Amino acid sequence: MKSKDRNYFKILRAGINTTYQDLGRNNLYHIGIPFSGAMDKRNFQLLNSLLQNDYNSPVIEFAYQGPHLKYFGKDIFFCISGNVSFKIITKEGVIDGNSYQCYLLKNGEEVDIHSTNKSVYGYLSINGTFDVDYYWESCSINTQAQIGPNNGNKFSKDLEIEIIDINNSFNKRKLDYLGSTIENIRVIKGTNYDYFSESSQNKFFKESFKITKLSDRMGMRLEGPKIENIVDPNIKSEGLVKGVIQITSAGDPIIMLSDHGTIGGYPKIATVISADYDRLVQLTPGSNIKFKDVSLEDAETLYKLYQMETNNIISQIK
Amino acid sequence: MIKNILNLGDAALYCDFGSDVNQEINSNVIKYFYHIKKLNLKGITNLTPSYNKLIISYDLNIHSFLSLKKKIENIEIKENNKLEKNLIEIPVCCDNNFALDIKRVENKLKLKSEIILEKFFSKNYFCYMTGFVAGMPFLGDLEKDMRLKRLETPRVKVPKGSVGITEQFCNIYTFETPGGWNILGNTPQNIFDTSNQSNPNLVNPGDTIKFYRITLDQYNEIKR
Repeated sequence: MKSKDRNYFKILRAGINTTYQDLGRNNLYHIGIPFSGAMDKRNFQLLNSLLQNDYNSPVIEFAYQGPHLKYFGKDIFFCISGNVSFKIITKEGVIDGNSYQCYLLKNGEEVDIHSTNKSVYGYLSINGTFDVDYYWESCSINTQAQIGPNNGNKFSKDLEIEIIDINNSFNKRKLDYLGSTIENIRVIKGTNYDYFSESSQNKFFKESFKITKLSDRMGMRLEGPKIENIVDPNIKSEGLVKGVIQITSAGDPIIMLSDHGTIGGYPKIATVISADYDRLVQLTPGSNIKFKDVSLEDAETLYKLYQMETNNIISQIK
Repeated sequence: MIKNILNLGDAALYCDFGSDVNQEINSNVIKYFYHIKKLNLKGITNLTPSYNKLIISYDLNIHSFLSLKKKIENIEIKENNKLEKNLIEIPVCCDNNFALDIKRVENKLKLKSEIILEKFFSKNYFCYMTGFVAGMPFLGDLEKDMRLKRLETPRVKVPKGSVGITEQFCNIYTFETPGGWNILGNTPQNIFDTSNQSNPNLVNPGDTIKFYRITLDQYNEIKR
């Protein structure tokens, strides 16, 4: 391929944990492969809608500090979703960018993603497709099992990201959206709820827990009041799903996130409801959270409302 | 055969087959797993069989708990449904560099290392489930006098290929991962093959495993 025909980003700085993600891979838990996929599905969906891409198009996910990218090729548009600070370095000067707004990018121009603000994950994509390989019908990178494009590894400096299928009829679009935060994480009681003392059950819902630095795409470790197990600190290993809150032998909660191990042997005190998952994963280490108990019926309704809200936001794209 | 179906969160069924761990209960779990997998029901996003539970994850846009529960309860599995079982032989080298915990196992079991390994290699093992990390098989059962607990402090990194034991089970670390099993050796054989997307697992639930012992030279030969 002649270099002048290529359209690509060169990574000048990779960021902390930068990967390709899409909606993830299904029906592989039984061999030990988790869903993976974009951590914050709403921001993933908003980004592909803004760029008029297919709903499951690959995007670049970053955490805390994003990548610094230099673009080579014909004119394209890019957009960033999430609560993100970034600069666009053009020949005319440096512009502060806004999330949920599409920008034109010319040959030799750069995007420098400084950080996510009061949140963890942000997303970048273009009016086209990243040229990636698919593994089990998904291009999501799972660094733990080394599955996905780039040999299953996160991005590193000097990597070149090829862009294909640029949509030439695309026009700039934007969305006025400030993001959505959450105070209480709503949960459904878990299958081992009665493994814990009554006073610990009360503490679990009344007191707050702090998110520790030991949090990543696999799980989120919390600290707070110790949760006392009165039956057995272990169960016979069994399947996990994302959002499950296990209590370790030390009495601390750990929440399973998108790249979690598929089987676990700690008792399950509760599971985060689907409607709150996107906002849960955006909480930064050091934040305090409280859990609120809801019924299964309420959780199902809350999920429908959350999806309606997402569709409503998408309908406001101009 | 399913005793009870509960919800695990708002997007998964928790099918309980009993509280014991034995091959009879586990075979029922595996039969249901393969049967439901074959049905290819729309909106099922994952099936996770384990010793005595089957977790069915679903798309909340397509199913609700009650409607899917009814569907699963109405599934009939014929008793004579035979499980497909493969016998798989796996080479293991127990050189000192690989048998990371042989001293600890000697002390805990009060057996000489040669006796421990002889006992370990003399049995066939049943695969109850695979998972935790991609392709890791959970195998059993070890003889009663071969059972011991996990390491008090798990290793931060267990080398890929390590073969370990804990309680009545043994397993193979398909990737370098943290872990607390007592490591007796290492296999040069690839247990999980990312490039074989239709069948990446060497070992699947229901299979029988026979470990056989190899020398360090043989190990290096296979690795090459």
